[in-house]
Amino acid sequence: MQETKPTITIKGTRDGLILFIDENSSFEEILQDLIKKLDASTPQKEEPVVSVKVKLGHRYLTEEQRHQLKEIIEEKNRFQIEAMESDVIPIKDAKTWLDESQLKVVNQIVRSGQVLETKGDLLLIGDVNPGGRVRASGNIYIMGNLLGIAHAGIDGDQEAFIAASYMKPAQLRIAEYISRAPDYEADGVYMECGIIDPDQNKIVIDSIKTLSKQRKVISAFERRMNNG
Amino acid sequence: MGEAIVITSGKGGVGKTTTSANIGTSLALMDKKVCLIDTDIGLRNLDVIMGLENRIIYDIVDVIQGRCKLQQALIKDKRFDYLSLLPAAQTSDKSAVTTEGMKEIVSELKQEYDYIIIDCPAGIEQGFQNAIAGADRAIVVTTPENSSVRDADRIIGLIEKENMVEPPRLIINRIRNHMMKNGDMLDIDDIVQLLAIDLIGIVADDEEMIKASNKGEPISLSPNFKSSISYRNIARRILGETVPLQSLEEEKGFMQKIKAFFKI
Repeated sequence: MQETKPTITIKGTRDGLILFIDENSSFEEILQDLIKKLDASTPQKEEPVVSVKVKLGHRYLTEEQRHQLKEIIEEKNRFQIEAMESDVIPIKDAKTWLDESQLKVVNQIVRSGQVLETKGDLLLIGDVNPGGRVRASGNIYIMGNLLGIAHAGIDGDQEAFIAASYMKPAQLRIAEYISRAPDYEADGVYMECGIIDPDQNKIVIDSIKTLSKQRKVISAFERRMNNG
Repeated sequence: MGEAIVITSGKGGVGKTTTSANIGTSLALMDKKVCLIDTDIGLRNLDVIMGLENRIIYDIVDVIQGRCKLQQALIKDKRFDYLSLLPAAQTSDKSAVTTEGMKEIVSELKQEYDYIIIDCPAGIEQGFQNAIAGADRAIVVTTPENSSVRDADRIIGLIEKENMVEPPRLIINRIRNHMMKNGDMLDIDDIVQLLAIDLIGIVADDEEMIKASNKGEPISLSPNFKSSISYRNIARRILGETVPLQSLEEEKGFMQKIKAFFKI
């Protein structure tokens, strides 16, 4: 005797619906069942939009499959997919995440004309001299003097920031933002960080102390794990 | 077995050639066997400063292209028995000199001489690559100006990639004491901190130096000048002696001393 476990379980919570999708059935089966289930309840017109979370369990969906699923769910009903959560990711993705989240420690002086580029966060023990340049896809921490150019979040991460023991940079760049040193001769600042201020829509330099308020989760890896 | 030291700076006009001539002369004064090599093909100067211009018959390009033997091209100094100069070519094609050719010449000279001083051309192109190719250590010359310090920084970065025996060392040239005191010139400490290499000597800006260069007599031959002492000190530091940095204070006249005493 074969017990048929439902391929799709729908659960209602205060925040919306949660769709549990069985890991062991085939994707075709799920799509069919899903269409049947959703057809059973035709929405009334003035019904408010319900947010839906899809829990995939140990199932990995390709980008195309995700799209298909989303279309079916959002097509007829007043549903909106809030998140699709899967417990698995491909090894390739995991490796790039790991790569991008690792802290690279470099001990050198980045001299005029030299470029130091890393994936992930960069901890430089040494100075960046005028004309030197450091680039990282994550944050940049400099234990030394930053007198050249630092570019954090080169792949577009606007949450990235640049911190240095002594800061008198020619330019600070975060993602696609650029700020340059003032034209008048100014002294550098100790223990400061550059960060994008969303209110002013530009890079601001502030004391490192304020960083803990603005960036609760420093590691790019944790950020991505939590936000998918 | 000798040691080859390249004198370089990146920027032109900071005093590489004068420094090479004076360090070479100072080492010769201490009874070392010294050979100077001018690698600035097309713009040779070292022979002029040494006062040996009229004795040139063959040059470094002739040696590399096999038109003469190395010994034939070497010019013996008129003042010292064991100070020689291998002059650069004035007319030949720059591309004649290769890094391999330089390495060969330097290693041959090392058999006979204690110190080979290589005068490097300005810039970071082939001429620079040739000059540093055979060197065991490097001395970087800079002046207390932003542009020259910036170029020195670039050069140090390039030298560090060469894996020489020792990290490069620094000479700060053309120091004007009153300007440095007023803060109009970069401070010695600031330069050393930025470049993060050991200081091997400081040389004051000295009018006598210009006179000496024009006469073809390196200033370090005459012991009466401050800059002469500076170069001799640098030579002693190259030999491994510990010599304190000399003070750059101007000698005060008798009346000024009395005034200073009474704080007028």
